[in-house]
Amino acid sequence: MTERRMIDILSSMPPELSEAVISRKVKGNEIWMEIPSSLLPPVASHIKNLWGAHLVTFHAVDNRALTGDFKLIVLMALSGEDDFVVLLTSVDPAFPQYPSLTPQIPCAEWYEREIMDLMGLRASGHPELKPLVLWDDWPEGIYPLRKDFDPAQIIPQEPHAYPYRRVEGSGVFEIPVGPVHAGVIEPGHFRFSVAGEPILNLEVRLGYVHRGVEKLSESTPYAKGVMLAERISGDNGFAHSLAYCQAVESLGGAQVPERALYLRTAYAELERIYNLLGDIGGIALDVAFNVAAQHAYILRERCMELNDFITGNRFLRGVNRLGGVWIDIPSDKISKILAQLVRFKLDIKEFSSLMLRSQSVLDRLETTGRIPLEVAKELELVGPVARASGLDRDVRRDHPYAAYRHLSFRVPLRREGDVNARLCVKLEELQESISLVEQALGSLPSGEITCSSFEVPEGRTAMSLVESPRGELVHWLISGKGGRPFRHKVRDASFHNWRAIEVAVQGEIVPDFPLINKSLNLSYAGNDL
Amino acid sequence: MLDIIRKGVLRKGIVTSDYPQEGTPRYAARLGFPKLRTDLCKAHHVCFRSCPTNAIQEREGEIKVDLGLCIFCAQCARSCPEGAWTMSPEIELAKRSRSDLLSSSSIENKSIQELGKSLDAMIGKVFGRSLAIREVDTGSCNACEVEVNALSNAVHDIERFGMHIVASPRHADLLLVTGPVTRNMERALMQTYKATPEPKLVVAVGACACSGGIFRESYAVRGGVDRMLPVDVYIPGCPPRPEAMIYGLMLAVGKLNDKSR
Repeated sequence: MTERRMIDILSSMPPELSEAVISRKVKGNEIWMEIPSSLLPPVASHIKNLWGAHLVTFHAVDNRALTGDFKLIVLMALSGEDDFVVLLTSVDPAFPQYPSLTPQIPCAEWYEREIMDLMGLRASGHPELKPLVLWDDWPEGIYPLRKDFDPAQIIPQEPHAYPYRRVEGSGVFEIPVGPVHAGVIEPGHFRFSVAGEPILNLEVRLGYVHRGVEKLSESTPYAKGVMLAERISGDNGFAHSLAYCQAVESLGGAQVPERALYLRTAYAELERIYNLLGDIGGIALDVAFNVAAQHAYILRERCMELNDFITGNRFLRGVNRLGGVWIDIPSDKISKILAQLVRFKLDIKEFSSLMLRSQSVLDRLETTGRIPLEVAKELELVGPVARASGLDRDVRRDHPYAAYRHLSFRVPLRREGDVNARLCVKLEELQESISLVEQALGSLPSGEITCSSFEVPEGRTAMSLVESPRGELVHWLISGKGGRPFRHKVRDASFHNWRAIEVAVQGEIVPDFPLINKSLNLSYAGNDL
Repeated sequence: MLDIIRKGVLRKGIVTSDYPQEGTPRYAARLGFPKLRTDLCKAHHVCFRSCPTNAIQEREGEIKVDLGLCIFCAQCARSCPEGAWTMSPEIELAKRSRSDLLSSSSIENKSIQELGKSLDAMIGKVFGRSLAIREVDTGSCNACEVEVNALSNAVHDIERFGMHIVASPRHADLLLVTGPVTRNMERALMQTYKATPEPKLVVAVGACACSGGIFRESYAVRGGVDRMLPVDVYIPGCPPRPEAMIYGLMLAVGKLNDKSR
């Protein structure tokens, strides 16, 4: 099937592209093509435009010790079937440049800035190649993800100014916000250019939470990497550890028992439920509808208590392990959980009517922070944000993992792309998630909850996609020596969705910014890594 | 409007927890303070190797846990072939100095009733005055933020102790710092500290803020908050539960009384 698709893709390319393909192979549902770096933009945009593929991740590997070059890897998901295209290209260390993908694929912009920061490969033709995750005082010529970088070295501080985009004209002024915000949220800097109330331009400066996760992972044995993955983005910790475990299991060819797959599904949905309730509460709070906000927070607290009751941790940490899960759910607990979920459903129904019936609330939500479908497509948005703009993507359905292929669920979709649409999508997803937990626990197969321990051979590649509460996230692993990754690429849902905020606030008034921000619910830690 | 009041107030009843008077709901599986039964320990040192943050250390021939490093992942309890480690339900682990966080199993924690009583006395002493808290995230994974936010929800409601979270360090008595201090947040943290009026307290929340936690060896991280600032109270946990934070804040409040005297 995938073989057939590869031949179709190759034959659809113009001869100057298909003849330049250096090598090609099919590995599972992945179509690998090695191409010269000069052809990266035309080949990628051909696959995107003709095959409806979307960019999943784009990263570099320091392969100098093995093959004497840097590798660039572009991962694209094909629409329709559960197939992927992996474009592989080589960059000469003596001339560390490659043609930028950004003019053809706007979503690549931040990836290329990240590759410049961490690996020191320059995308020529990039419209705005400035730092993304490394701070302004980071010296030039030191690239943390290169293999010859010594993490113990003392890095000198060389301050230089960050080039913000400037809007000029009479009456235009700037509002700098952050990194320490008024609310209890993560650090990031927002630079607004405004004329009176309406926002003319917003530039987001992130990187404050950059902790060097990918480099750290290269020195972390796989079993401990699960704990690191849980701490990439705290409230999506289960989704991250699941993606990491799935990738390592695929490297080692481990077969996870059925019961563990169902349990993982239930845990993943429990995580989604408490996250969605937090988002909805935040939206209510930002339109000053405190009663509804407190209702949502009480429900969220109950969900976290339920997590605590099941696993001993409010964030479901310490649940995932390589080859399965640590914590089983015995049948007496299942009946208690199911009873609690029935109460949740009633409470959420009541809450929805409270939230959506108030005219003054709807007035703030409708038409605010619109993200049109074309923008969502260009920026490859993911998760509930994409689905509220009519972009019908959900990893659970499109690339099923754990036990999702055996369960039935609906993917809620809206077209308006405003805050109200995002709220409605989240309210509907909440119902679907509760139903998924009920289904997974109701049809839990008997048996083991983990497979026997397994070895991970060196030099293999594996990836894993998971639909986190914020949307599609991916972990890409290349196995190395000593039971550790050679390269670990993490791409959180927010890495794509952050860019939407700059579009969504244009023309809106400054006081609506917190509301729009909350409706997108972006992770700073997941983005900065 | 009536409808909202009916639904919001009458049907929900009181949801606020009774902590610290009544303690916390306890579940058998809760992952709190890791305790070692020395009579079972055969010194295989499997736990040393399984700990992701090297929190288990040998000092003067005794095996101790550095709670400032511990992320409460239970790997020690899961890996020990003798079953010598158990995750106890203790969560009131906040301490006033970094060295106090190094605990061996021989240290007896106060019983929850005693703690409740002493906290009661402390609340009595400080009730009527308010404590303004400013939260600063210096690179946390956002789990600590979720729990800090939970402090002001209707269930944990720290306003009942006269504590509230304020929007600016200029209004704050206490800085609640989460996360390992990243290289990128160092300056912002120092500026926030400078903007906070005296007398001020600094509370390090979670393993990352106490010691750098799982990230402490990264190039992008400076390490625990006490590398930059004097820390008054350390609250272990990954993340600490809201009750554990309330306990730590109470400890800090006691300290504020000492400072302003």
